[in-house]
Amino acid sequence: MSASKKPARGSVFFHEVVGATAVDPHLEACLQCGTCGGSCPSGNDMEHTPRTLFAMIAAGMRETVLRSNTPWYCVSCYYCTERCPQEVHITDVMYTLKRLAIKEGFSRQSSAAQAPAFSETFMEHVERYGRSFELGLITRYFLRHRPLDTVKIAPIGAGMLRRKRFDLTPRKIRQIDQLQAILARADELERSP
Amino acid sequence: MQYGYYPGCSLERNAGAYHDSTMAVAGVLGLQFTEVDDWNCCGATEFFSVHQMQAYALTGRNLALAADQFAPKAALPVIPVEAAETPQLVAPCSACYLNLSKVDRYLASSPELAAKVNTALDAGGLHYDPGSLRVRHLLDVVVNDAGYDAIAARVQRALTGLRVAPYYGCLVVRPGFQGQFDDPEYPTTLDKLMRVLGAKVVDFPLKAHCCGGHMTQISEDVALELLRRLLKNAAEYQADVIVTLCPMCQLNLDVFQSAVNRRFGTNFNLPVLFFTQLMGLAFGLAPERLGIGKEFVASRPALAKIGTSGEVEQERAVGKRAKRRNDQSLPMPYMPEEEER
Amino acid sequence: MSNDQDQIPPISPPHASPDEERVGVYVCHCGSNIARTIAVEDVAVWAEQQEHVVVARDYKFMCSSLGQELIEQDIQAKGLSRVVVAACSPHMHERTFRGACQRAGLNPYLFEMANIRELTSWATDDREAATSKAKAQVKGAIERAVLQEPLEPLFVDINPNTLVVGGGIAGLTAALELADSGYHVYLVDRDSSIGGQMAKLDKTFPTLDCAACILTPKMVDAANHPNITLMTWSEVVAVDGFVGNFSVQVRHKPRYIIEDLCTGCGTCIEKCPSRVLDQHFEVGLGYHKAIDRNFPQAVPKYPVIDTTHCIYFQRGKCRACQVVCPTNAIDFTQKETFEQLEVGNIILATGYEQFDARRVPQYGYGRLANVFTSMEFERMVNAAGPTSGQVVLRDGVSAPQSVGIIHCVGSRDKNYNEYCSRACCMAALKFAHLVHERVPDAEVYNFYIDIRAAGKHYEEFYHRVLEEGTHFIRGRVAEVTDAARGPGEEGKLIIQAEDTLIGKQRRIPVDMVVLMVGMEARHDSRNVASTFGLGCDFEGWFTERHAKLDPVVTMTEGILIAGACQGPKAIPESVAQGSAAAARVAGLIGRRTIKLEPVRASIEAAACSGCRICNNVCPYHAIVFHEAIKISEVITALCQGCGACVAACPSAAITGAHFTREQVLSQIDGLLWDMQPGVLVLA
Ligand SMILES: Cc1cc2nc3c(=O)[nH]c(=O)nc-3n(C[C@H](O)[C@H](O)[C@H](O)COP(=O)(O)OP(=O)(O)OC[C@H]3O[C@@H](n4cnc5c(N)ncnc54)[C@H](O)[C@@H]3O)c2cc1C
Ligand code: SF4
Ligand code: SF4
Ligand code: SF4
Ligand code: SF4
Ligand code: SF4
Ligand code: SF4
Repeated sequence: MSASKKPARGSVFFHEVVGATAVDPHLEACLQCGTCGGSCPSGNDMEHTPRTLFAMIAAGMRETVLRSNTPWYCVSCYYCTERCPQEVHITDVMYTLKRLAIKEGFSRQSSAAQAPAFSETFMEHVERYGRSFELGLITRYFLRHRPLDTVKIAPIGAGMLRRKRFDLTPRKIRQIDQLQAILARADELERSP
Repeated sequence: MQYGYYPGCSLERNAGAYHDSTMAVAGVLGLQFTEVDDWNCCGATEFFSVHQMQAYALTGRNLALAADQFAPKAALPVIPVEAAETPQLVAPCSACYLNLSKVDRYLASSPELAAKVNTALDAGGLHYDPGSLRVRHLLDVVVNDAGYDAIAARVQRALTGLRVAPYYGCLVVRPGFQGQFDDPEYPTTLDKLMRVLGAKVVDFPLKAHCCGGHMTQISEDVALELLRRLLKNAAEYQADVIVTLCPMCQLNLDVFQSAVNRRFGTNFNLPVLFFTQLMGLAFGLAPERLGIGKEFVASRPALAKIGTSGEVEQERAVGKRAKRRNDQSLPMPYMPEEEER
Repeated sequence: MSNDQDQIPPISPPHASPDEERVGVYVCHCGSNIARTIAVEDVAVWAEQQEHVVVARDYKFMCSSLGQELIEQDIQAKGLSRVVVAACSPHMHERTFRGACQRAGLNPYLFEMANIRELTSWATDDREAATSKAKAQVKGAIERAVLQEPLEPLFVDINPNTLVVGGGIAGLTAALELADSGYHVYLVDRDSSIGGQMAKLDKTFPTLDCAACILTPKMVDAANHPNITLMTWSEVVAVDGFVGNFSVQVRHKPRYIIEDLCTGCGTCIEKCPSRVLDQHFEVGLGYHKAIDRNFPQAVPKYPVIDTTHCIYFQRGKCRACQVVCPTNAIDFTQKETFEQLEVGNIILATGYEQFDARRVPQYGYGRLANVFTSMEFERMVNAAGPTSGQVVLRDGVSAPQSVGIIHCVGSRDKNYNEYCSRACCMAALKFAHLVHERVPDAEVYNFYIDIRAAGKHYEEFYHRVLEEGTHFIRGRVAEVTDAARGPGEEGKLIIQAEDTLIGKQRRIPVDMVVLMVGMEARHDSRNVASTFGLGCDFEGWFTERHAKLDPVVTMTEGILIAGACQGPKAIPESVAQGSAAAARVAGLIGRRTIKLEPVRASIEAAACSGCRICNNVCPYHAIVFHEAIKISEVITALCQGCGACVAACPSAAITGAHFTREQVLSQIDGLLWDMQPGVLVLA
């Protein structure tokens, strides 16, 4: 056994989560104190508090965890990470859970089904132009995924345009080919670890 | 002082006011910002939620470009000698700042990850060695490099009479790390800056709480409640304006304020400005140059207060906390770094 | 072996005939501690084939009586002249095996130990590497053992006086025990009164007897005891010597009171016009005068002038105290004085300090008026404290209708201190009880991660508090805020936490918050440790010789520790340690002399060039220079065997017994047995 590797003890799902996180999140150190759940600004709206999720990960409850809306309600405020007495990289774990949920197709069934769509629409623009394109993002995301809400958001869009806070056309970076090549290689690396 | 400058997507358009005022203020303070050539989006919080390696590669490209562009070159003494060791990269947006600095730190802590990211960058002929840039937030550079004294010296029209709620949000102070410039729980840099400009800083306990980020797009219920808490707290301490250092925070608090009012039957009317805009005003620059007027909640009525005297101040200051001491009250704990308020 | 070796002059008489030595090697399994990672049987079989070795065995527990008998039998039956045991650290069992040798008639200094547990089996999981390292260690021990010489222990007299540093409950207990056994004690405390932290407390868990009732009698006893010399407002500045014969310098800070004249009447305190916040004894919650004592029952009863707040010292005017003092006891010209003490043993009982709650900004201490620390609350409930025992808010009048008690502030947290502070759970339960007692209608909420109530009658106390209707919410508090979200929260402090037993975030509005701040080592514990020559751990707690078997003794002979300076603990354990330390010292004094390791330096007169370099190197001033014959000599009784002079002597004229150059070099040779002889270079 090499000193740097973690022992294979623990649920399969636990190791899946740790393995899918770029830097060791120290998840095994969680002592279930609840500081994270207490700190979370959207804690009241989550189906499970972050702490509960970590207990479930340890228990190997893969599907329950990946179907939970919790990671999608994480607003990346980093309060939990800052305050965790065991230095668990909680916010990073939330990102990992989002990715795993998308991969498994569970995310669309959670009560925060729109969230991945928003991220994905955002990414599409960045992949195409190299920069984000807010007007395009908002219109496309709402039209495609939340058509009924489009009327609600329309006045805001109009206000933004009036104040010249939206561009009508996307801005494209010069070396978009270079960026796309890098992203393609990154994608390959992620698929074949 | 020379810096690489990474504006990020927001400053290009929805937060154009932040960019304009930053440039104006930097000019006054003698900070020279050179934009990173052909930078791409930092990925905000979205990429990390979908593709981890792509998220690292995206920010990796920006770091690689900047490191290359601003590397001290022997023949071309672009970078002044005193900064020659590590070129500095400034980001005004909190999310950009966090992505740039966090990716740099994570790459440094995990050679495995650094190798992977560089394999990806290699597809575009790029390479980045962690640590070859020092990533800074704009506020850090302004208060620590230019310095409070230099700022005080440039003040032409003190913000006297203006009650400011300094709002930091999350990503500029958290996660804290070795060498971070302010406290992750109760930061004070912006408070001090506002005091130097002559403003009255109100206590704002929620100053580092979350604005919700992209939550407005995911769950309006959650997002509007987060915003309500912040606006309520600032209003209770009778702030005239909220001052921010992040385009996302500004957007949420400003653009969605009317939605909050509608949802909760409140009538908040709190303009939300960037700290650079208030600096510019204090430096005597024209409001137009600072992008004032682009906000949804108009700031002009509040800004009209500037220059009003301290008497009005006194009378209003009887907030809910300022309880009159009677003889029997127990002393408050001694706070060594307690500042004049 | 390199040629350089031959040029070094022989430093001890050439050994009789190492070739004839008969060595026995014993490899211990230590249950599975060693055997799990080292192939102990292999090591034994291999050892038996080495030069000099006549028998080699492995055994489950060498330190057991059966293990020791193995050695004794072999010494007698096989005529062993040297014994090597490969087992744990010599700190654990060198004494054990030396005893076995002695019983079988072998000089105990002909025994050598190889530590293959701490240094090897516990250090790696690689069985192959561990086994070959163990062989190298055994080889080194064999090579060294054959060159060892029989030595006779040294005996020195023990000074029966003892120094106790710190007059908290631990130090007081130790001092009284020793004094009652008839030995003299110097009790030094840097504060103006003895009593320590316990003197600030109101009632003590789990029995709720009042701290003052059980502490002050002991304080008075100490002051009046014929065998105790009390030195308060004093500090130890230097320590010289060694077990049995320490020489200690004590600095007496000026009190500005002539103790012989002062009757403790208190008139000066009453009349002093300068009233200032008391950050020390009242932890910032109350006031004291510029001339004052910690509390009315302070021992000794003499006040002290706080020069930073005395008007006379600051501005040259006032002298009110001097005017009113009926006995003319005030002396503004007093200077600090120094005193030299000779003692045989030293007990350190310097206690702990509180974690600074300002370091956790999210709990609002210092910002939010009604957030209190546990010690502030302790002073508040104390009948002799600033509120005469009333539980009130910062306004000094209103009683709280709800109180939130937050556990683990600064403890069990890698951002601050990782350890558990041990006494705060129980103190928190005590506080809950006291709130119920003083404000019967108030609701009390305890926010905890785990309730640590492991002590006699502790769990029962917890049950009692449960029955009193205290709310227990399992969840570490995220933050305390005054930012109300809705009507129920206006004007309150809101404690936000996850109730982990429900799995939901909760916000509990309360009037008062009490932070159970943890215990920390004294801020200067590292300096104190270096003055007394003992070790400190990473967090600043003094290090004991063995965490389980020798908790009150340090690695430095004659220096003992007791109470919370060794690690967080409550009064019962502090008292137990105080008594234990006293018993250890009394036992030692009873022996009158102490056996010292005969590991001493000696100078070969013929080789000494008279350069005097060693004279100044010796930290114990053990080397004298004979002017007439221009030769240095080691005074054996003073030498501590540190070896500094051995290394410093340019003529290699000094030898450290049991650590001769030959012995050490051949041990190194042995350690490197598997290296090729030609390649070996000894620097
Ligand atoms: C809020 C609170 C409530 C508590 N309640 C209880 C309770 O109800 N029951 C219970 O069993 N325990 C309780 N405890 C724990 C209790 O306070 C300790 O167990 C006990 O005080 C430890 O005693 P000590 O003698 O080891 O240390 P201390 O009381 O700290 O005494 C150390 C003494 O050494 C002196 N000193 C320090 N450094 C030096 C130096 N360099 N030179 C000379 N003198 C020095 C100090 O002045 C002090 O007098 C409580 C603790 C806290 C924080
Ligand atoms: S704060 Fe850290 S230790 Fe506590 S429950 Fe959350 S992850 Fe676990
Ligand atoms: S980072 Fe996410 S999970 Fe953590 S406290 Fe913030 S919102 Fe909650
Ligand atoms: S100094 Fe004098 S006045 Fe003060 S307590 Fe002593 S005797 Fe009384
Ligand atoms: S001289 Fe100093 S101590 Fe004495 S009464 Fe005046 S202020 Fe108090
Ligand atoms: S004793 Fe209790 S309150 Fe104190 S640190 Fe340990 S668990 Fe926390
Ligand atoms: S070994 Fe030498 S230096 Fe060390 S105490 Fe003895 S005489 Fe002094």
